Amino acid sequence: MDLNTVEGVVRPGARAELPAWRPGDAWLGGGTWLFSEPQPSLRRLVDLAGLGWAPLTVSDAGLEIAATCTIAELNRLAPPAAWTAAGLIGPCCRALLGSFKIWNAATVGGNLCLALPAGPMIALTAALDGTCTLWTPEGGERPLSVLDFVRGPQETALRPGEILRSITLPIAGLTRRAAVRRISLTPGGRSGALVIGTLDAAGAFALTVTASIRRPVQIAFPILPDEGALQAALDENIPERLVFHDMHGAPEWRRHMTRELSLEIRSEFAGEGDP
Amino acid sequence: MRLTVNGMTQEAAPRPGQCLRTTLRDLGWFGVKKGCDAGDCGACTVHLDGQPVHACLMPAFRAEGRSVTTIEGLAGPCRSGEGVPAEFHPMQAAFLAAQGFQCGFCTPGMIMTAAALDASQRQDLGTALKGNLCRCTGYRAIRDAVAGITHVDPGGEGDPIGRNLPAPAAAETVSGHARFTFDAAVDGLLHLKVLRSPHPHARIVAIDRSAALAVPGVVAVFTHADVPRRRFSTGRHEDPRDDAADTLILDSVLRFVGQRVAAVVAESEAAAEAGCAALRVTYEVRPAVVDPTLALAADAPLVHDGADRPGEDAPPLHAHPNLAAEVHGGVGDVAAGLAEAHHVYEGEYHSQRVQHVHLETHGCLGLIDADGRLSLRSSTQVPFLTRDALCALFELPPDRVRVSCGRVGGGFGGKQEMLTEDLVALAVLRLGRPVKWELTRQEQFIGTTTRHPMRVRVKLGATRDGRLTAMALDVLSNTGAYGNHAGGVIHHGCNEVLAAYTCPNKRVDGYAVYTHTLPAGAFRGYGLSQTIFAMESALDELARMVGLDPYALRRRNAIRPGEPMISNSLEPHDVAIGSYGLDQCLTLVEAAMRADPGEPPPGPDWRVGSGMAMAMIDTIPPRGHFAEARLRLEADGSYTAQVGTAEFGNGTATVHRQIAASALDTDPARVRIAGADTDGVGHDTGAYGSTGTVVGGQAVLRAARALARAILVAAAERMSTDPAACRLATDRVETPAGPVPLADLGPIEAAGHAEGSPRSVSFNVQAFRVGVHPRSGEVRILKSVHAADAGCVINPMQCRGQIEGGVAQALGAALHEEVIVDGAGRVVTQTLRGYPIPTCAGVPVTEVLFADTRDRIGPLGAKSMSEAPFNPVAAALANAIRDATGARLTATPFRPDRIFAQVMNAVTVGEG
Repeated sequence: MDLNTVEGVVRPGARAELPAWRPGDAWLGGGTWLFSEPQPSLRRLVDLAGLGWAPLTVSDAGLEIAATCTIAELNRLAPPAAWTAAGLIGPCCRALLGSFKIWNAATVGGNLCLALPAGPMIALTAALDGTCTLWTPEGGERPLSVLDFVRGPQETALRPGEILRSITLPIAGLTRRAAVRRISLTPGGRSGALVIGTLDAAGAFALTVTASIRRPVQIAFPILPDEGALQAALDENIPERLVFHDMHGAPEWRRHMTRELSLEIRSEFAGEGDP
Repeated sequence: MRLTVNGMTQEAAPRPGQCLRTTLRDLGWFGVKKGCDAGDCGACTVHLDGQPVHACLMPAFRAEGRSVTTIEGLAGPCRSGEGVPAEFHPMQAAFLAAQGFQCGFCTPGMIMTAAALDASQRQDLGTALKGNLCRCTGYRAIRDAVAGITHVDPGGEGDPIGRNLPAPAAAETVSGHARFTFDAAVDGLLHLKVLRSPHPHARIVAIDRSAALAVPGVVAVFTHADVPRRRFSTGRHEDPRDDAADTLILDSVLRFVGQRVAAVVAESEAAAEAGCAALRVTYEVRPAVVDPTLALAADAPLVHDGADRPGEDAPPLHAHPNLAAEVHGGVGDVAAGLAEAHHVYEGEYHSQRVQHVHLETHGCLGLIDADGRLSLRSSTQVPFLTRDALCALFELPPDRVRVSCGRVGGGFGGKQEMLTEDLVALAVLRLGRPVKWELTRQEQFIGTTTRHPMRVRVKLGATRDGRLTAMALDVLSNTGAYGNHAGGVIHHGCNEVLAAYTCPNKRVDGYAVYTHTLPAGAFRGYGLSQTIFAMESALDELARMVGLDPYALRRRNAIRPGEPMISNSLEPHDVAIGSYGLDQCLTLVEAAMRADPGEPPPGPDWRVGSGMAMAMIDTIPPRGHFAEARLRLEADGSYTAQVGTAEFGNGTATVHRQIAASALDTDPARVRIAGADTDGVGHDTGAYGSTGTVVGGQAVLRAARALARAILVAAAERMSTDPAACRLATDRVETPAGPVPLADLGPIEAAGHAEGSPRSVSFNVQAFRVGVHPRSGEVRILKSVHAADAGCVINPMQCRGQIEGGVAQALGAALHEEVIVDGAGRVVTQTLRGYPIPTCAGVPVTEVLFADTRDRIGPLGAKSMSEAPFNPVAAALANAIRDATGARLTATPFRPDRIFAQVMNAVTVGEG
């Protein structure tokens, strides 16, 4: 929609050209959220597209995803065969509420910065132990894990003037075994619960819970737990107040489905098939 | 900046925060639609450098130097303002062949998206089209279009009745040239925006407009001090006294969050928005009542003071000022009927608030025309009643006001209201300049109307063999802050639901109450969807108690030809069984359900079950429904029909053309239909109550027959022969003395009228087979069958589309949709993301079957079929879920998070 209070657009071509941040500014990634709701407090857009960040950088250390990498670009990635957990990318892209047309514009960084509980790029990068690189307004960089970056519904650790530059997924995460489960109230709708499990070569299990709760939570286990231990860990790590409530799912159902989906993942890793 | 649009280089100067959609429309590319303005509906889809994108989310400046293709240029390069292309893109041709549209508002975006799909995406349309919403079709016709299936009859010799002839505006619709309400460029246009109430109940103490007037571009601010002190109802009926006159254009008392506080008119939307933000309003907040059950308490805050006059259709009988309308009635003795019953069932059911979500929002464009008249181009189902209301409000004679429609982008009852025209008329009359007010999608949710939420208690008694001995309904309807349609809906909602069954003892007590919430209004089904959900669920339970299958229980008790049609009184009425196809509908559905189980459930642990429900509806609303048609043989030998009724996806223009062509023995392509213009005919009650075919069509039929007689007389006179010996043909009159070309006879004009009485009844039967996941509460529809008794079906393709669309809309209401109002009276669901209407992935194929009947009342044997298919859906689904799981669901929507606990519990009990 038209953002009628916006009076100017700055289109820097390099970091040095970034304007000093001021209230009423917004960093413009794909624009798919900014232009989807009234933004009465905005006065200026700073377009990140001109900074020319390489969308995806594959290396021996892992995968660096530029904040401006679109969902479509990420979905098209042909990962090295050893990256078993890269199988999560497709399902997480498809977990986006927006259609493939949105994928052409929406960015991975935008999904993180919006910090919706259902943000599937948050789920993906949190489950794979992603680290955010933030550009500080003083010209420096600040690393922060995805789990610490997203603090709550539409709340991040970004300080005024900071920019999310990229998310790095370490090779250790990408080479784990992974499984994902998701449910929404409507077919193709916004996730009510999105749970990802990973298993490393040594048998350590990590469960990342998103969408059903206000911010992502990761629960680590030295080995694959039994059902009782998994349920107990969920109860312990996800107190009532952390369960999210909006029109995309009532809290008791989100909690229930989180347990159901977590147990399914556990069963898959245990070779038991779905319960 | 410079960009290429449809192959042509264009200059544009977008504002910094402008989206590409606005820029393209400003350049005259009106095929790029504004549906949700938020990236949810896809109506604005264009190709940017070949990639499909939502133009409403694309910053306009990013199109600089790039190439944009809109629906107008899909078939090849073109200039803005050029007409329908000579050749269509294959996807446009496919949408024409399958008639993959109804109102056509979503169609440009749908085609632009479909045209960009690769082969694998076309295999999974549910995913590929999840960013494109259609509210009319139920998606089957769209899926068929993408699959290249042809449904349209190419025409040719023979009677057009009963054939799948295409919609008259099909070519314009698929090429982006159909002109909807706001698809008009007007010089010197002003824009109107309103400030809305933050409080559910408050009095405006003061409005300081100085800062608003100081905003550059702001032309005027209107407040309650500026409006006529005349109350009216936004709800429009043939008799305006049906609805309580409880509304002012702008009121000093605010009765719901979202009510208009003041209006700002400015040179741009941006300036009008800034003006609204600059208004300083002092409120005196008053106590509010949001819960309808608390509204009738002795000490409840009052929504209206006693000076407000109630409506005359179902006026309140009791003293409580928060009662907006009441219905009480009965036949026989319900207590005695229950006493003699072997089986008694009692239950309480709740139907939620749902929104119409027509893809074109409300709004209108007003100006003073060349004759000095107030002229409004509006998105309305009732142009004539709106004209009349404006005349009353501003004390203008009818010939000084014109209201007309472009193509209307869906209605579903929501546009049987005057929600924008009053304020635009005020602004135009005061300022003398053209003024536009186009509601945003958010305003649709917070400031228009919804279905009436209802609590329905039903009590049934039956003999040992399942014969009904008593039926009682107790209904509480929440009409919100204003009484528009409060009486009509409670009246209608308590009527056919009972008349559908023969039972000696019936009782109804219905109450519509005011609350400090968003007003409810007319909605497809008009009260029946809520009461039928309760009644047909209750009958399903009763059948289980008796041990009868649900079809047998209906056969045993449903009304049959020859039986008196009695609802809740013995007062004489004008409804008759003009044709009876309920028996056929029951048999068709039962056989289809038995013949094929449908899709397998998604997994072995899913519970599977079947359920059905039926519905009856009067073919025409009561208390008068009038139509007029003027048919003219033009000087060039073609025909023009002027009708009063509006085309908003209901397909009346298609039907009217077929009726006229049939009566005139001509090719439908030679008949032009023009409608919905108060300059066109004298009066038309409007396109509501499913009257487009049975009332509008009746007027067209009478006009066409009168014109045919007049033409024969003229031809006979010319050839000095007997009119009885002459015969109309496509382009001539055959006479014993040789043919006379029609072009030699025109112009000749004839008129036809319809009065909407007597009325008949239509029947619908719906069945589902569902899978229910016993732990998540997910419901999957495995099979859906719908049989309709629509009398003679004038265009089966289109009638099928109406039914599929009605079923899909009802599935949305039964499964997912809810306008959520919080405890403080605020509407929480303000976007389509938060209010999920069915997508392509969410709507199953519904097998549509027609009873073979011919009505003795409707034109050419036809009956109405617009609202009706909506009504049995929720109960049929609930009954199937009951069959699958043992859980009796009594409140829609059946969202997984609402039902999982009850389903899990019932399944556990069933296994225990």
